Amino acid sequence: MQDFAQSFSLALMHIVTLDPDLIEIVGLSLQVSLSATVISCLIGLPVGAFVAVTRFPGRSALIVCMNALMGLPPVVVGLFVYLQLSRAGPLGFLGLLYTPTAMIIAQSILITPIAGALSRQVLEDLHKEYREQFSSLVLSTAAQIRALIWDGRYSLITVALAAFGRSVAEVGAVIIVGGNIDHLTRVMTTAIALETSKGDLTLAMSLGLILLFIALGINALVSTFRLTASRYGYA
Amino acid sequence: MRNSINRLGVFLAVGLGLSIVNAMAEDTSILVQSTTSTANSGLYHYMLPKLDGETGIKVNVVAVGTGQAIKNAMNCDADVLLVHAKPAEEKFVLDGYGVKRYDLMYNDFVIVGPESDPAGVSGMGDVKAALTKIAESGSAFASRGDDSGTHKKEKSLWAAANIDPEEGSGGWYKSTGSGMGATLNTGIGMGAYVMTDRATWISFKNKSDYKIAVEGDKALFNQYGVILVNSEKCPDVKVEAGNTFINWLISEQGQEVIGSYKVDDQQLFFPNAGQENM
Repeated sequence: MQDFAQSFSLALMHIVTLDPDLIEIVGLSLQVSLSATVISCLIGLPVGAFVAVTRFPGRSALIVCMNALMGLPPVVVGLFVYLQLSRAGPLGFLGLLYTPTAMIIAQSILITPIAGALSRQVLEDLHKEYREQFSSLVLSTAAQIRALIWDGRYSLITVALAAFGRSVAEVGAVIIVGGNIDHLTRVMTTAIALETSKGDLTLAMSLGLILLFIALGINALVSTFRLTASRYGYA
Repeated sequence: MRNSINRLGVFLAVGLGLSIVNAMAEDTSILVQSTTSTANSGLYHYMLPKLDGETGIKVNVVAVGTGQAIKNAMNCDADVLLVHAKPAEEKFVLDGYGVKRYDLMYNDFVIVGPESDPAGVSGMGDVKAALTKIAESGSAFASRGDDSGTHKKEKSLWAAANIDPEEGSGGWYKSTGSGMGATLNTGIGMGAYVMTDRATWISFKNKSDYKIAVEGDKALFNQYGVILVNSEKCPDVKVEAGNTFINWLISEQGQEVIGSYKVDDQQLFFPNAGQENM
């Protein structure tokens, strides 16, 4: 328990003193995971919406697959991306291994199924409410998708937060494709793994607490934004 | 309001995408696949700023076990390899993946154990006898089990003692399949003996009541080597910058820097480039 108190004060000290190394690591964590979240939503939301409003053979099987892919193990995704981006792999000529871009690619693959599967569920529920209206208006599929995504935007923000949470918390994929290189590809989770392996459990725990603070901050920011936006929306 | 939110979203997405620069493309930055002990002990942190100051070379270190480091280098995902498993390194060069292997520095392995010393090996200087005692008493022993340099060394020591620890695997012999630090954390958690390089042990912060039990045997010698990856196998290798790095490491200056690195007043690595060693 004493360790935990120590970690807590260490975490506070890091934050108060704005430790430049820490800021760099936090910045990269946010850059990588937010980029991955944006990419995963750009792909996942339209796919999820399309599956939600259309009926086609093999749809149930596709939904089962999408749901199952939410459980992709980060290490496996990391390994897969490593094999593609390695100099010996098919995309090796791009020279992307051990760069933040490689980390964004890996995390995007990891969380796109989350954005897709969860938005499919959210939008399908919404679609049930809207179906009669849609058919009376004779809307095209594209128009239906647009209307659903817009009207379901607040629930979809939660979907994006779930995807972001998964990406900012994972270590298995980024440590393989990023390599945890100091000042280049070191993020919060790989730094925590490193300090743990050095046996500096207090520092590792304090970094973990900072990661929690950040997640808390982002969620608070999003809810404030959501509240303000909905107030304007209905005013 | 809607439009401005949309525009903000697009702006953010584009900005994030553009801000990702490919820092590895610079010619003066090289990628080193390294064993973990040199990174975890803080040697690079101490040494690289001095190298950068003198040569302008920026070194990016990926710290993994020696086995994985060699495999990554064979995939051409490195310019320089810095590891500690001489036979595997020589094979790497012989197979054409490396240009030439240089001795760089050494330290030694030790076996650490709990205060209670269940196998009664504390203070022993004969590692074969100590391992035999541990196995015969069935005392817990945590092994890396990850084909790292330390693991290769440990296997060779068991073989020299004529013991097959795999027979006790899952029982007294715990193969963690993870890095040195993780194995120390696990071993200390379960009261097991652990073989570690001295540098990692000295700089390790979660020692609990553990102490060095076995040390001083010649068989525990730990040699580090450095190799430039062969540009004939891997055309993207930055030969010039890689050579500058290696030449600095084995130069008088570089060797002096390595020898001057201390943690808790103890020297972690002993430079021996260009010397005939044991």
